[in-house]
Amino acid sequence: MKDAKQQTMEQKWQGDMKIIVGVKRVVDYNVKVRVKSDGSGIELTNVKMSMNPFDEIALEEAIRLREKGVATEVVAISIGSAISQETLRTALAMGADRAILVVDKRVLEPLEVAIVFRELVKVEAPNLVIFGKQAIDDDSNQTGQMLAGLLGWGQAAFASAMNVKNGEAIVEREVDAGVQTIAVRLPAVITADLRLNEPRYASLPNIMQARRKIIEEKTLSELGITYKPHIKVLKIEEPEARQPGIRVNSVAELVKRLRQEKNLL
Amino acid sequence: MAILLLAEHDNQRLAIETAKTLTAAREIGSDIDILVAGMNTNQVAVAATKLLGVRKVLVAETFYLQYQLAEPLTYVIISLADSYDVFIAPATAMGKNVMPRLAGQLGVAQISEIISVVSHDIFKRPTYAGNAIETVQALDAKKVITVRTTSFMAANAGKCNVEIEKVVIPEDPSLSRFVSQIDSSKGQPELNSALVVVSGGRGFGSSENFKMLLEPLAKRLKAAIGASRAAVDAGYASNDRQVGQTGKSVSPELYIAIGISGAIQHLAGIMDSRVIVAINKDPEAPIFRVADYGFVGDLFEIVPALIEII
Repeated sequence: MKDAKQQTMEQKWQGDMKIIVGVKRVVDYNVKVRVKSDGSGIELTNVKMSMNPFDEIALEEAIRLREKGVATEVVAISIGSAISQETLRTALAMGADRAILVVDKRVLEPLEVAIVFRELVKVEAPNLVIFGKQAIDDDSNQTGQMLAGLLGWGQAAFASAMNVKNGEAIVEREVDAGVQTIAVRLPAVITADLRLNEPRYASLPNIMQARRKIIEEKTLSELGITYKPHIKVLKIEEPEARQPGIRVNSVAELVKRLRQEKNLL
Repeated sequence: MAILLLAEHDNQRLAIETAKTLTAAREIGSDIDILVAGMNTNQVAVAATKLLGVRKVLVAETFYLQYQLAEPLTYVIISLADSYDVFIAPATAMGKNVMPRLAGQLGVAQISEIISVVSHDIFKRPTYAGNAIETVQALDAKKVITVRTTSFMAANAGKCNVEIEKVVIPEDPSLSRFVSQIDSSKGQPELNSALVVVSGGRGFGSSENFKMLLEPLAKRLKAAIGASRAAVDAGYASNDRQVGQTGKSVSPELYIAIGISGAIQHLAGIMDSRVIVAINKDPEAPIFRVADYGFVGDLFEIVPALIEII
Protein backbone atom coordinates (compact mmCIF):
# COMPACT_ATOMS: atom_id res chain seq x y z
CA MET A 1 0.00 0.00 0.00
CA LYS A 2 1.30 3.40 -0.92
CA ASP A 3 0.58 6.18 1.51
CA ALA A 4 -1.42 9.20 0.41
CA LYS A 5 1.57 11.50 0.34
CA GLN A 6 3.52 9.26 -1.98
CA GLN A 7 0.51 8.95 -4.27
CA THR A 8 0.08 12.70 -4.56
CA MET A 9 3.76 13.08 -5.33
CA GLU A 10 3.49 10.54 -8.12
CA GLN A 11 0.48 12.32 -9.55
CA LYS A 12 2.40 15.54 -9.39
CA TRP A 13 5.30 13.99 -11.28
CA GLN A 14 3.06 12.56 -13.91
CA GLY A 15 1.20 15.79 -14.42
CA ASP A 16 3.95 18.34 -14.07
CA MET A 17 7.42 17.00 -14.57
CA LYS A 18 10.25 19.35 -15.25
CA ILE A 19 13.60 18.25 -16.64
CA ILE A 20 16.84 20.21 -16.55
CA VAL A 21 19.50 19.32 -19.10
CA GLY A 22 23.08 20.51 -18.78
CA VAL A 23 24.79 21.31 -22.09
CA LYS A 24 28.43 22.22 -22.65
CA ARG A 25 30.15 23.94 -25.55
CA VAL A 26 33.26 21.98 -26.50
CA VAL A 27 35.70 21.54 -29.39
CA ASP A 28 33.91 19.60 -32.10
CA TYR A 29 34.52 15.86 -31.78
CA ASN A 30 36.07 15.61 -35.26
CA VAL A 31 38.77 18.17 -34.57
CA LYS A 32 42.28 16.92 -33.90
CA VAL A 33 43.27 19.34 -31.15
CA ARG A 34 46.68 20.99 -30.94
CA VAL A 35 48.45 21.68 -27.70
CA LYS A 36 49.93 25.18 -27.36
CA SER A 37 53.70 25.08 -27.48
CA ASP A 38 54.06 26.94 -24.14
CA GLY A 39 52.12 24.20 -22.34
CA SER A 40 49.37 26.59 -21.24
CA GLY A 41 46.46 24.90 -22.94
CA ILE A 42 44.79 23.83 -26.16
CA GLU A 43 44.75 26.00 -29.29
CA LEU A 44 41.13 27.20 -29.52
CA THR A 45 41.43 30.06 -32.03
CA ASN A 46 39.46 29.32 -35.19
CA VAL A 47 38.62 25.83 -33.98
CA LYS A 48 35.14 24.49 -34.66
CA MET A 49 33.07 24.24 -31.49
CA SER A 50 29.79 22.43 -30.95
CA MET A 51 27.53 20.94 -28.30
CA ASN A 52 29.14 18.07 -26.39
CA PRO A 53 27.81 14.92 -28.15
CA PHE A 54 26.71 13.29 -24.88
CA ASP A 55 24.73 16.42 -23.99
CA GLU A 56 22.88 16.27 -27.32
CA ILE A 57 21.82 12.78 -26.33
CA ALA A 58 20.76 13.94 -22.85
CA LEU A 59 18.69 16.72 -24.41
CA GLU A 60 17.14 14.42 -27.01
CA GLU A 61 16.03 12.08 -24.24
CA ALA A 62 14.44 14.91 -22.27
CA ILE A 63 12.57 16.12 -25.37
CA ARG A 64 11.35 12.58 -26.09
CA LEU A 65 10.04 12.32 -22.52
CA ARG A 66 8.10 15.54 -23.10
CA GLU A 67 6.78 14.28 -26.43
CA LYS A 68 5.60 11.09 -24.70
CA GLY A 69 3.71 13.23 -22.20
CA VAL A 70 5.91 12.14 -19.31
CA ALA A 71 7.50 15.57 -18.90
CA THR A 72 5.99 19.00 -19.32
CA GLU A 73 9.00 21.26 -19.50
CA VAL A 74 12.61 20.93 -20.63
CA VAL A 75 15.09 23.59 -19.52
CA ALA A 76 18.55 23.65 -21.12
CA ILE A 77 21.32 25.19 -19.03
CA SER A 78 24.90 26.02 -19.91
CA ILE A 79 27.75 27.71 -18.09
CA GLY A 80 30.34 29.74 -19.94
CA SER A 81 31.12 33.00 -21.68
CA ALA A 82 28.50 34.81 -23.80
CA ILE A 83 29.31 32.64 -26.82
CA SER A 84 27.77 29.60 -25.09
CA GLN A 85 24.48 31.22 -26.17
CA GLU A 86 25.11 29.43 -29.49
CA THR A 87 24.96 26.08 -27.75
CA LEU A 88 21.74 27.05 -26.01
CA ARG A 89 20.23 28.25 -29.32
CA THR A 90 20.96 24.78 -30.69
CA ALA A 91 19.25 23.29 -27.63
CA LEU A 92 16.21 25.52 -28.17
CA ALA A 93 16.12 24.62 -31.86
CA MET A 94 16.18 20.93 -30.95
CA GLY A 95 13.15 21.50 -28.75
CA ALA A 96 14.09 22.77 -25.29
CA ASP A 97 11.37 25.04 -23.89
CA ARG A 98 13.63 27.49 -22.11
CA ALA A 99 17.33 28.17 -21.69
CA ILE A 100 19.49 29.62 -18.95
CA LEU A 101 23.08 30.76 -19.40
CA VAL A 102 25.20 31.13 -16.29
CA VAL A 103 27.71 33.65 -17.56
CA ASP A 104 31.27 33.11 -16.44
CA LYS A 105 34.46 33.47 -18.42
CA ARG A 106 36.43 30.90 -16.44
CA VAL A 107 36.45 27.23 -17.31
CA LEU A 108 34.69 25.84 -14.25
CA GLU A 109 35.74 22.47 -12.84
CA PRO A 110 33.11 19.74 -12.54
CA LEU A 111 32.63 20.37 -8.80
CA GLU A 112 31.94 24.06 -9.43
CA VAL A 113 29.58 23.17 -12.27
CA ALA A 114 27.77 20.75 -9.96
CA ILE A 115 27.49 23.49 -7.31
CA VAL A 116 26.00 25.89 -9.87
CA PHE A 117 23.44 23.23 -10.82
CA ARG A 118 22.65 22.57 -7.17
CA GLU A 119 21.72 26.23 -6.78
CA LEU A 120 19.71 26.19 -10.01
CA VAL A 121 17.89 23.06 -8.82
CA LYS A 122 16.83 24.98 -5.70
CA VAL A 123 15.30 27.68 -7.94
CA GLU A 124 13.85 25.50 -10.69
CA ALA A 125 12.79 22.47 -8.62
CA PRO A 126 13.08 19.90 -11.44
CA ASN A 127 12.15 16.23 -11.01
CA LEU A 128 15.00 15.08 -13.18
CA VAL A 129 18.39 16.41 -14.21
CA ILE A 130 20.02 14.81 -17.25
CA PHE A 131 23.65 15.33 -18.24
CA GLY A 132 25.89 13.70 -20.79
CA LYS A 133 28.08 11.09 -19.11
CA GLN A 134 31.23 13.05 -19.91
CA ALA A 135 32.46 16.09 -21.80
CA ILE A 136 34.79 15.17 -24.65
CA ASP A 137 37.25 17.94 -23.73
CA ASP A 138 38.08 17.34 -20.05
CA ASP A 139 36.91 13.69 -20.12
CA SER A 140 36.13 13.95 -16.40
CA ASN A 141 32.87 11.99 -16.18
CA GLN A 142 32.00 13.59 -12.83
CA THR A 143 29.40 16.35 -12.95
CA GLY A 144 26.20 14.27 -12.83
CA GLN A 145 27.37 12.03 -10.03
CA MET A 146 28.70 15.04 -8.07
CA LEU A 147 25.39 16.85 -8.37
CA ALA A 148 23.52 13.76 -7.16
CA GLY A 149 25.91 13.59 -4.20
CA LEU A 150 25.52 17.30 -3.42
CA LEU A 151 21.72 17.04 -3.52
CA GLY A 152 21.48 13.66 -1.79
CA TRP A 153 19.48 12.41 -4.81
CA GLY A 154 19.65 9.02 -6.44
CA GLN A 155 21.70 8.64 -9.61
CA ALA A 156 21.83 6.51 -12.72
CA ALA A 157 25.06 7.01 -14.64
CA PHE A 158 25.82 5.79 -18.20
CA ALA A 159 22.19 5.27 -19.21
CA SER A 160 21.54 3.43 -22.49
CA ALA A 161 17.76 3.19 -22.08
CA MET A 162 15.27 4.77 -19.70
CA ASN A 163 11.65 5.04 -18.79
CA VAL A 164 9.76 6.92 -16.08
CA LYS A 165 7.08 5.08 -14.13
CA ASN A 166 5.45 5.44 -10.72
CA GLY A 167 7.84 8.08 -9.46
CA GLU A 168 10.90 6.11 -10.52
CA ALA A 169 13.24 6.19 -13.49
CA ILE A 170 13.92 2.68 -14.75
CA VAL A 171 17.36 2.91 -16.30
CA GLU A 172 19.53 0.47 -18.22
CA ARG A 173 23.16 1.27 -17.45
CA GLU A 174 26.27 0.40 -19.43
CA VAL A 175 28.58 -1.38 -16.99
CA ASP A 176 31.83 -3.26 -17.60
CA ALA A 177 30.26 -6.70 -17.67
CA GLY A 178 27.20 -5.83 -19.74
CA VAL A 179 23.97 -4.01 -18.99
CA GLN A 180 22.55 -3.37 -15.53
CA THR A 181 18.98 -2.22 -14.93
CA ILE A 182 18.21 -0.15 -11.86
CA ALA A 183 15.22 1.83 -10.65
CA VAL A 184 16.02 5.19 -9.14
CA ARG A 185 13.52 7.25 -7.15
CA LEU A 186 12.72 10.72 -8.48
CA PRO A 187 13.97 13.37 -8.18
CA ALA A 188 17.21 11.99 -9.59
CA VAL A 189 20.21 12.68 -11.78
CA ILE A 190 20.79 10.62 -14.93
CA THR A 191 23.82 10.71 -17.23
CA ALA A 192 23.52 9.65 -20.86
CA ASP A 193 25.65 7.09 -22.66
CA LEU A 194 26.08 7.23 -26.44
CA ARG A 195 23.59 4.45 -26.92
CA LEU A 196 20.65 6.14 -25.23
CA ASN A 197 19.27 7.57 -28.49
CA GLU A 198 20.01 9.19 -31.84
CA PRO A 199 19.73 12.97 -31.43
CA ARG A 200 17.60 14.81 -33.99
CA TYR A 201 18.79 17.58 -36.26
CA ALA A 202 17.29 20.99 -35.71
CA SER A 203 15.21 21.99 -38.75
CA LEU A 204 15.63 25.42 -40.32
CA PRO A 205 12.20 26.70 -39.16
CA ASN A 206 13.04 25.55 -35.64
CA ILE A 207 16.42 27.27 -35.79
CA MET A 208 14.69 30.49 -36.89
CA GLN A 209 12.13 30.14 -34.12
CA ALA A 210 14.82 29.48 -31.53
CA ARG A 211 16.46 32.80 -32.43
CA ARG A 212 13.45 34.65 -31.07
CA LYS A 213 13.44 32.87 -27.73
CA ILE A 214 14.98 34.64 -24.77
CA ILE A 215 17.95 33.10 -22.99
CA GLU A 216 17.84 33.99 -19.33
CA GLU A 217 21.23 35.03 -17.96
CA LYS A 218 22.53 34.59 -14.44
CA THR A 219 25.88 35.02 -12.74
CA LEU A 220 27.57 33.04 -10.00
CA SER A 221 27.12 35.91 -7.53
CA GLU A 222 23.39 36.07 -8.30
CA LEU A 223 23.25 32.41 -7.38
CA GLY A 224 25.16 33.11 -4.17
CA ILE A 225 28.23 31.12 -5.25
CA THR A 226 31.76 32.16 -4.42
CA TYR A 227 34.15 30.56 -6.88
CA LYS A 228 36.84 28.43 -5.32
CA PRO A 229 39.35 26.45 -7.37
CA HIS A 230 40.03 22.86 -6.23
CA ILE A 231 42.39 21.87 -9.01
CA LYS A 232 45.34 23.74 -10.47
CA VAL A 233 46.38 22.85 -14.00
CA LEU A 234 50.17 23.08 -14.04
CA LYS A 235 50.86 22.04 -17.60
CA ILE A 236 49.30 20.61 -20.75
CA GLU A 237 51.48 18.67 -23.13
CA GLU A 238 51.29 16.43 -26.17
CA PRO A 239 51.20 12.72 -25.45
CA GLU A 240 54.31 10.77 -26.37
CA ALA A 241 54.16 10.02 -30.07
CA ARG A 242 54.41 6.41 -31.22
CA GLN A 243 57.29 5.58 -33.51
CA PRO A 244 56.16 5.25 -37.12
CA GLY A 245 55.61 1.64 -38.11
CA ILE A 246 56.18 -0.36 -41.26
CA ARG A 247 53.96 -1.89 -43.93
CA VAL A 248 53.98 -5.63 -44.44
CA ASN A 249 52.93 -7.33 -47.66
CA SER A 250 51.95 -10.82 -46.62
CA VAL A 251 50.52 -12.72 -43.70
CA ALA A 252 53.73 -14.76 -43.50
CA GLU A 253 55.82 -11.59 -43.21
CA LEU A 254 53.53 -10.18 -40.54
CA VAL A 255 53.72 -13.30 -38.40
CA LYS A 256 57.47 -13.62 -38.91
CA ARG A 257 58.10 -10.03 -37.88
CA LEU A 258 55.84 -10.29 -34.82
CA ARG A 259 57.77 -13.39 -33.75
CA GLN A 260 61.29 -12.21 -34.49
CA GLU A 261 61.10 -8.48 -33.78
CA LYS A 262 58.58 -8.38 -30.96
CA ASN A 263 58.78 -11.81 -29.46
CA LEU A 264 55.03 -12.33 -29.86
CA LEU A 265 52.70 -15.17 -30.93
CA MET B 1 48.80 9.95 4.66
CA ALA B 2 46.04 7.36 5.00
CA ILE B 3 44.56 6.05 1.78
CA LEU B 4 41.32 4.15 1.27
CA LEU B 5 41.24 2.02 -1.87
CA LEU B 6 37.88 0.85 -3.14
CA ALA B 7 38.24 -2.70 -4.44
CA GLU B 8 36.87 -3.77 -7.81
CA HIS B 9 35.32 -7.24 -7.61
CA ASP B 10 32.21 -9.24 -8.48
CA ASN B 11 31.67 -10.63 -4.96
CA GLN B 12 33.69 -13.73 -5.91
CA ARG B 13 36.91 -12.60 -7.48
CA LEU B 14 39.13 -9.65 -6.77
CA ALA B 15 39.64 -7.93 -10.14
CA ILE B 16 43.13 -7.19 -11.44
CA GLU B 17 42.23 -3.49 -11.52
CA THR B 18 42.42 -3.48 -7.74
CA ALA B 19 46.08 -4.54 -7.74
CA LYS B 20 46.87 -1.96 -10.42
CA THR B 21 45.16 0.79 -8.44
CA LEU B 22 47.20 -0.29 -5.43
CA THR B 23 50.39 0.44 -7.36
CA ALA B 24 49.18 3.99 -8.02
CA ALA B 25 48.16 4.35 -4.35
CA ARG B 26 51.61 3.23 -3.19
CA GLU B 27 53.16 6.05 -5.20
CA ILE B 28 50.96 8.51 -3.29
CA GLY B 29 51.42 7.25 0.27
CA SER B 30 51.97 4.19 2.40
CA ASP B 31 49.07 3.61 4.83
CA ILE B 32 46.71 1.91 2.42
CA ASP B 33 43.53 0.14 3.45
CA ILE B 34 41.41 -1.73 0.93
CA LEU B 35 37.63 -1.56 1.25
CA VAL B 36 35.74 -4.59 -0.04
CA ALA B 37 32.04 -3.74 -0.20
CA GLY B 38 29.55 -6.33 -1.33
CA MET B 39 27.92 -9.55 -0.24
CA ASN B 40 29.58 -12.89 0.60
CA THR B 41 32.93 -11.41 -0.25
CA ASN B 42 35.12 -13.63 1.91
CA GLN B 43 37.24 -14.87 -1.01
CA VAL B 44 37.69 -11.35 -2.29
CA ALA B 45 38.79 -10.05 1.10
CA VAL B 46 41.29 -12.86 1.53
CA ALA B 47 42.73 -12.15 -1.92
CA ALA B 48 43.06 -8.48 -0.97
CA THR B 49 45.04 -9.34 2.18
CA LYS B 50 47.65 -10.97 -0.04
CA LEU B 51 48.46 -7.83 -2.01
CA LEU B 52 51.83 -6.37 -1.04
CA GLY B 53 51.68 -2.97 0.63
CA VAL B 54 48.24 -3.21 2.18
CA ARG B 55 47.81 -2.12 5.82
CA LYS B 56 44.43 -3.75 6.39
CA VAL B 57 41.35 -4.89 4.57
CA LEU B 58 37.96 -3.47 5.51
CA VAL B 59 34.88 -5.48 4.69
CA ALA B 60 31.39 -4.01 4.33
CA GLU B 61 28.95 -6.82 3.70
CA THR B 62 25.21 -6.64 3.35
CA PHE B 63 22.60 -7.55 0.75
CA TYR B 64 22.12 -3.99 -0.47
CA LEU B 65 25.81 -3.60 -1.22
CA GLN B 66 25.75 -6.65 -3.46
CA TYR B 67 25.45 -4.66 -6.69
CA GLN B 68 27.59 -1.79 -5.49
CA LEU B 69 25.02 0.86 -6.29
CA ALA B 70 26.43 4.34 -5.89
CA GLU B 71 24.26 5.63 -3.05
CA PRO B 72 24.75 2.96 -0.35
CA LEU B 73 28.40 2.46 -1.31
CA THR B 74 29.09 6.18 -0.97
CA TYR B 75 27.45 6.14 2.48
CA VAL B 76 29.83 3.41 3.59
CA ILE B 77 32.86 5.39 2.45
CA ILE B 78 31.52 8.60 4.02
CA SER B 79 31.17 6.79 7.34
CA LEU B 80 34.92 6.05 7.18
CA ALA B 81 35.95 9.37 5.66
CA ASP B 82 37.35 11.02 8.79
CA SER B 83 40.19 8.50 8.95
CA TYR B 84 41.46 9.02 5.38
CA ASP B 85 43.13 11.70 3.30
CA VAL B 86 42.93 9.99 -0.08
CA PHE B 87 40.13 7.95 -1.64
CA ILE B 88 41.17 6.01 -4.69
CA ALA B 89 39.47 3.57 -7.06
CA PRO B 90 40.05 2.15 -10.52
CA ALA B 91 38.35 4.09 -13.32
CA THR B 92 36.00 1.19 -14.06
CA ALA B 93 32.25 1.67 -14.49
CA MET B 94 32.01 1.15 -10.71
CA GLY B 95 34.74 3.64 -9.81
CA LYS B 96 33.47 6.25 -12.26
CA ASN B 97 29.98 5.89 -10.82
CA VAL B 98 30.82 6.03 -7.13
CA MET B 99 33.86 8.28 -6.71
CA PRO B 100 32.45 11.57 -8.10
CA ARG B 101 29.40 11.14 -5.89
CA LEU B 102 31.75 10.75 -2.93
CA ALA B 103 33.72 13.82 -4.01
CA GLY B 104 30.46 15.79 -4.27
CA GLN B 105 29.42 14.73 -0.78
CA LEU B 106 32.83 15.63 0.59
CA GLY B 107 32.82 18.92 -1.34
CA VAL B 108 36.18 18.20 -2.97
CA ALA B 109 37.41 17.80 -6.53
CA GLN B 110 38.02 14.47 -8.17
CA ILE B 111 41.03 13.77 -10.33
CA SER B 112 39.82 11.37 -13.03
CA GLU B 113 41.81 8.59 -14.70
CA ILE B 114 45.32 9.45 -13.58
CA ILE B 115 48.05 7.88 -15.70
CA SER B 116 50.95 8.82 -13.46
CA VAL B 117 51.70 10.09 -9.96
CA VAL B 118 54.15 13.02 -9.96
CA SER B 119 53.91 13.63 -6.20
CA HIS B 120 51.36 13.01 -3.46
CA ASP B 121 49.18 15.83 -4.84
CA ILE B 122 50.29 16.19 -8.47
CA PHE B 123 49.05 13.83 -11.16
CA LYS B 124 48.97 13.41 -14.92
CA ARG B 125 45.78 12.61 -16.75
CA PRO B 126 44.69 12.47 -20.39
CA THR B 127 42.13 14.90 -21.82
CA TYR B 128 40.69 15.47 -25.31
CA ALA B 129 40.49 11.73 -25.99
CA GLY B 130 44.12 11.29 -25.04
CA ASN B 131 45.40 14.04 -27.34
CA ALA B 132 46.59 16.20 -24.44
CA ILE B 133 48.12 15.22 -21.13
CA GLU B 134 47.30 17.49 -18.21
CA THR B 135 49.47 17.81 -15.13
CA VAL B 136 47.18 18.84 -12.28
CA GLN B 137 47.59 19.65 -8.64
CA ALA B 138 44.79 18.70 -6.25
CA LEU B 139 44.31 21.61 -3.83
CA ASP B 140 41.79 20.04 -1.43
CA ALA B 141 42.93 18.49 1.86
CA LYS B 142 41.03 15.31 0.99
CA LYS B 143 41.62 13.85 -2.44
CA VAL B 144 39.38 11.66 -4.54
CA ILE B 145 41.13 9.92 -7.41
CA THR B 146 40.33 7.38 -10.09
CA VAL B 147 43.09 5.46 -11.84
CA ARG B 148 43.47 4.47 -15.48
CA THR B 149 44.59 0.97 -14.66
CA THR B 150 46.22 0.32 -18.04
CA SER B 151 48.94 2.79 -17.01
CA PHE B 152 50.02 0.90 -13.89
CA MET B 153 51.46 -2.57 -13.29
CA ALA B 154 49.59 -4.81 -10.88
CA ALA B 155 50.98 -4.89 -7.35
CA ASN B 156 52.47 -8.26 -6.51
CA ALA B 157 50.87 -10.77 -4.24
CA GLY B 158 52.94 -11.98 -1.32
CA LYS B 159 52.71 -13.38 2.16
CA CYS B 160 51.45 -10.74 4.51
CA ASN B 161 49.86 -10.69 7.93
CA VAL B 162 47.05 -8.37 7.09
CA GLU B 163 43.92 -8.15 9.23
CA ILE B 164 40.39 -8.23 7.94
CA GLU B 165 38.13 -5.82 9.76
CA LYS B 166 34.33 -5.66 9.53
CA VAL B 167 32.87 -2.23 8.97
CA VAL B 168 29.71 -0.94 10.64
CA ILE B 169 27.26 -0.49 7.81
CA PRO B 170 25.06 2.58 7.58
CA GLU B 171 21.39 2.20 6.72
CA ASP B 172 20.46 1.82 3.05
CA PRO B 173 19.51 5.27 1.75
CA SER B 174 17.06 3.42 -0.56
CA LEU B 175 17.40 5.97 -3.35
CA SER B 176 17.77 3.31 -6.02
CA ARG B 177 17.27 -0.41 -6.36
CA PHE B 178 18.76 -3.13 -8.50
CA VAL B 179 16.42 -4.68 -11.04
CA SER B 180 18.50 -6.99 -13.22
CA GLN B 181 21.82 -7.45 -14.97
CA ILE B 182 22.83 -9.09 -18.21
CA ASP B 183 26.51 -10.04 -18.38
CA SER B 184 27.35 -10.39 -22.03
CA SER B 185 30.99 -11.36 -21.86
CA LYS B 186 30.95 -14.39 -19.59
CA GLY B 187 33.57 -16.96 -20.42
CA GLN B 188 35.56 -14.66 -22.70
CA PRO B 189 38.98 -13.29 -21.80
CA GLU B 190 38.66 -9.87 -20.19
CA LEU B 191 39.55 -6.88 -22.31
CA ASN B 192 41.31 -5.13 -19.45
CA SER B 193 43.75 -7.89 -18.67
CA ALA B 194 44.19 -9.84 -21.93
CA LEU B 195 47.70 -10.02 -23.38
CA VAL B 196 46.30 -10.03 -26.90
CA VAL B 197 43.25 -8.13 -28.12
CA VAL B 198 41.76 -8.55 -31.60
CA SER B 199 39.33 -5.83 -32.48
CA GLY B 200 36.91 -5.64 -35.35
CA GLY B 201 35.25 -2.67 -37.02
CA ARG B 202 32.70 -1.81 -39.63
CA GLY B 203 34.88 -3.51 -42.26
CA PHE B 204 33.40 -6.88 -41.30
CA GLY B 205 30.10 -5.87 -42.86
CA SER B 206 27.86 -8.16 -40.83
CA SER B 207 27.64 -9.84 -37.47
CA GLU B 208 27.91 -13.22 -39.23
CA ASN B 209 31.30 -12.27 -40.67
CA PHE B 210 32.36 -10.94 -37.30
CA LYS B 211 31.49 -14.27 -35.71
CA MET B 212 32.93 -16.44 -38.48
CA LEU B 213 36.24 -14.63 -38.81
CA LEU B 214 37.11 -12.71 -35.67
CA GLU B 215 36.00 -15.24 -33.07
CA PRO B 216 38.14 -18.13 -34.39
CA LEU B 217 41.15 -15.81 -34.67
CA ALA B 218 40.62 -14.63 -31.09
CA LYS B 219 40.32 -18.21 -29.93
CA ARG B 220 43.53 -19.17 -31.71
CA LEU B 221 45.41 -16.29 -30.07
CA LYS B 222 43.67 -16.67 -26.68
CA ALA B 223 42.77 -13.06 -27.24
CA ALA B 224 39.97 -10.88 -25.94
CA ILE B 225 37.60 -9.53 -28.57
CA GLY B 226 37.26 -5.79 -28.89
CA ALA B 227 35.23 -3.65 -31.22
CA SER B 228 35.00 -0.15 -32.59
CA ARG B 229 31.95 1.94 -31.89
CA ALA B 230 30.79 1.41 -35.48
CA ALA B 231 30.87 -2.36 -34.96
CA VAL B 232 28.97 -2.09 -31.70
CA ASP B 233 26.35 0.25 -33.17
CA ALA B 234 25.91 -2.14 -36.10
CA GLY B 235 25.27 -4.94 -33.62
CA TYR B 236 28.38 -7.02 -34.44
CA ALA B 237 29.53 -7.00 -30.80
CA SER B 238 28.01 -6.13 -27.44
CA ASN B 239 28.53 -2.69 -25.91
CA ASP B 240 30.92 -3.86 -23.22
CA ARG B 241 33.39 -4.83 -25.99
CA GLN B 242 33.81 -1.24 -27.18
CA VAL B 243 37.36 0.06 -27.07
CA GLY B 244 37.99 3.81 -27.05
CA GLN B 245 37.34 7.13 -25.35
CA THR B 246 33.85 6.17 -24.25
CA GLY B 247 34.43 2.45 -24.00
CA LYS B 248 37.38 0.66 -22.44
CA SER B 249 41.06 1.46 -22.58
CA VAL B 250 43.30 -1.50 -23.24
CA SER B 251 47.05 -2.01 -22.93
CA PRO B 252 47.77 -5.50 -24.26
CA GLU B 253 51.10 -6.75 -25.55
CA LEU B 254 49.50 -7.03 -28.97
CA TYR B 255 46.50 -5.14 -30.34
CA ILE B 256 45.23 -6.23 -33.75
CA ALA B 257 42.79 -3.78 -35.35
CA ILE B 258 40.92 -5.31 -38.26
CA GLY B 259 38.61 -3.29 -40.47
CA ILE B 260 38.90 -0.32 -38.11
CA SER B 261 39.67 3.08 -39.65
CA GLY B 262 41.03 4.50 -36.41
CA ALA B 263 38.92 7.52 -35.43
CA ILE B 264 40.34 9.78 -32.67
CA GLN B 265 37.87 8.26 -30.22
CA HIS B 266 39.05 4.72 -30.91
CA LEU B 267 42.76 5.53 -30.83
CA ALA B 268 42.23 7.04 -27.36
CA GLY B 269 41.70 3.56 -25.98
CA ILE B 270 44.60 1.69 -27.59
CA MET B 271 47.66 3.95 -27.41
CA ASP B 272 49.08 2.12 -24.38
CA SER B 273 49.31 -1.16 -26.31
CA ARG B 274 52.90 -2.42 -26.77
CA VAL B 275 52.49 -3.49 -30.39
CA ILE B 276 49.67 -2.40 -32.69
CA VAL B 277 48.87 -4.26 -35.92
CA ALA B 278 46.40 -2.75 -38.38
CA ILE B 279 44.68 -4.62 -41.19
CA ASN B 280 42.61 -2.39 -43.45
CA LYS B 281 41.92 -2.10 -47.14
CA ASP B 282 42.14 1.73 -47.10
CA PRO B 283 45.83 2.74 -47.17
CA GLU B 284 44.86 6.23 -45.94
CA ALA B 285 43.09 4.96 -42.81
CA PRO B 286 44.35 6.88 -39.73
CA ILE B 287 44.94 3.60 -37.88
CA PHE B 288 48.12 3.14 -39.98
CA ARG B 289 49.62 6.26 -38.36
CA VAL B 290 49.81 4.52 -34.98
CA ALA B 291 50.33 0.90 -36.13
CA ASP B 292 53.72 -0.76 -35.70
CA TYR B 293 52.79 -3.14 -38.51
CA GLY B 294 50.29 -2.16 -41.15
CA PHE B 295 48.85 -4.51 -43.75
CA VAL B 296 46.80 -2.97 -46.56
CA GLY B 297 44.48 -5.61 -47.88
CA ASP B 298 41.17 -7.41 -47.74
CA LEU B 299 40.40 -8.71 -44.26
CA PHE B 300 38.30 -11.51 -45.76
CA GLU B 301 41.49 -12.96 -47.23
CA ILE B 302 43.95 -11.94 -44.51
CA VAL B 303 42.07 -13.17 -41.45
CA PRO B 304 41.57 -16.77 -42.69
CA ALA B 305 45.23 -16.85 -43.75
CA LEU B 306 46.25 -15.64 -40.30
CA ILE B 307 44.17 -18.33 -38.60
CA GLU B 308 45.85 -20.90 -40.83
CA ILE B 309 49.42 -19.83 -40.20
CA ILE B 310 49.36 -19.19 -36.44
